[in-house]
Amino acid sequence: MPREALESIQLRRLQTTLQRVYASVPFYRETFKAAGITPADIKTLKDLKYVPFTTKQDLRDNYPFNMFAVPMDNVVRIHASSGTTGQPTVVGYTARDVGTWSTLMARALSAGGAGRGDIIHNAYGYGLFTGGLGVHYGAERLGASVIPVSGGNTKRQVVIMKDFGATVITSTPSYALHLAEIAEDMGVSFASLKFKFGIFGAEPWSEKMREELERKLNLTAVDIYGLSEVMGPGVAIECHEAKKGLHVFEDHFIAEIVDPKTLEPLPYGETGELVFTSLTKEAFPVIRYRTRDITSLNPEPCVCGRTHVRMNRVTGRSDDMLIIRGVNVFPSQIESVLMEIKEVEPHYQLVVDREDNLDVLTVKVEVGERGFSDEVKGLQQLERRITKTIKELLGVSANVKLVEPKAIERSQGKAIRVVDNRQI
Amino acid sequence: MQVEQISVFLENKSGRLSEVTSILSEAKVNIRALALADTSDFGVLRLIVDDTEKARQTLKNNGFTVGKTNVVAVEVADRPGGLHDILTMLHNADLNVEYMYAFVRSSGDNAIMIFRFEKDQEAVQLLQSKGVNVIDGERLYQL
Repeated sequence: MPREALESIQLRRLQTTLQRVYASVPFYRETFKAAGITPADIKTLKDLKYVPFTTKQDLRDNYPFNMFAVPMDNVVRIHASSGTTGQPTVVGYTARDVGTWSTLMARALSAGGAGRGDIIHNAYGYGLFTGGLGVHYGAERLGASVIPVSGGNTKRQVVIMKDFGATVITSTPSYALHLAEIAEDMGVSFASLKFKFGIFGAEPWSEKMREELERKLNLTAVDIYGLSEVMGPGVAIECHEAKKGLHVFEDHFIAEIVDPKTLEPLPYGETGELVFTSLTKEAFPVIRYRTRDITSLNPEPCVCGRTHVRMNRVTGRSDDMLIIRGVNVFPSQIESVLMEIKEVEPHYQLVVDREDNLDVLTVKVEVGERGFSDEVKGLQQLERRITKTIKELLGVSANVKLVEPKAIERSQGKAIRVVDNRQI
Repeated sequence: MQVEQISVFLENKSGRLSEVTSILSEAKVNIRALALADTSDFGVLRLIVDDTEKARQTLKNNGFTVGKTNVVAVEVADRPGGLHDILTMLHNADLNVEYMYAFVRSSGDNAIMIFRFEKDQEAVQLLQSKGVNVIDGERLYQL
């Protein structure tokens, strides 16, 4: 679709959405009034910058249903975030929203390489988390066969992968690596399985992680993006043709990049915080929702022919970003460093403490057989080498601590990459 | 004249060593010799057992990182200066000892030491040429 036509659809849908939330969600009416605007003031897409942001805290303050823009009678589905960082955020869908979501998810799966005739091994968790059911409905809409295997029970999953001959796997990247490890322990080689594509998301991952996944799982790995507050999985996806940035489904969402400090919109190409406005959602519209995800947008034409703007890999979160003695550190940067070091496994955790008023970063890294030496000095050399590489590339000193395999929790959902023990 | 040794990566957490011994005991693997090298954060446990492959596989299945190396078992005269004589031979030939530890059993009147050499072929040749008895793996596992 040409950009002009797309933008005219976006503007019309934006205006309708703004009017609807102003009329039906007290929170939005109040923030718009406080900002001195009404929906009628938004005459072009550029005017969106005058509209106030919505934060996760706003959603929490309106827990559970006060952000809904339709009566509960019209809500057919409720999901919620895990609440690991505080009170969960609750989102709702009308029947039409579930339909839109399914269509977008089918579109996403198709861009990621799946189609009718494929068998999709869906290892995203089913339940309040949007991953499992989001992929599930999209797969059915696409006309593929879906195995609702969910997360966990990993040995059984390996048997199912083998016996059912799935061709596409959907899961978090860390769970996919866990599956690969367990399969290896069970003597099952991914090379003998039928997988062609893996659609991995729900946590940020790096280009090196892609190489690792593609090598260990013998498939083409693409990145999918979504969050429950905006819809769930299927807000954006990489096309398997280019694997270079995730196309944002702009006919349903407006993506902006803002400076996380000044909150001013940034032009294409600049890195900042991703902000979404939903254009078609009925039950739970979000207006300028601050995702906290750090990325940039790329409007360059894509080899696949899609005209939707691409978001680059999420490199971290504006709230997950660690400032270690004044240096900004994203977990993905540490991940990239570790991926360069062949002796360690791609499983790590960053622990930050404050000792004598100084930040101390500890990087826990799992020792695999490749890196293992029967000599303590060999392992100490490995620790020193990792420390040196982190220092050279990121400019921070880290204590590297080798840990046993699987010492870092990852079997369910999202791996915990950062533990910040600083009391500031 | 090689002896197979397995090494296990252990975090310095209480109970990890007994977990290894419990796994091996359940697998009916007999530990013939053992040495633990440690730092404040982690340790490397080195083991000579009667069934190397079984021990390696069982520990691996239980989530441990396990390596395998070749070491050399040397008979050392059980008298003052016995070990010193052997170390002198090695030193004179410029053969470096990476680490060493004692085997639990003796062979006749002699003690048995386990050596890890940088150049193990050369070390074995040298010791044998000097009349020192080097014990083969198959014999040692069953000793």
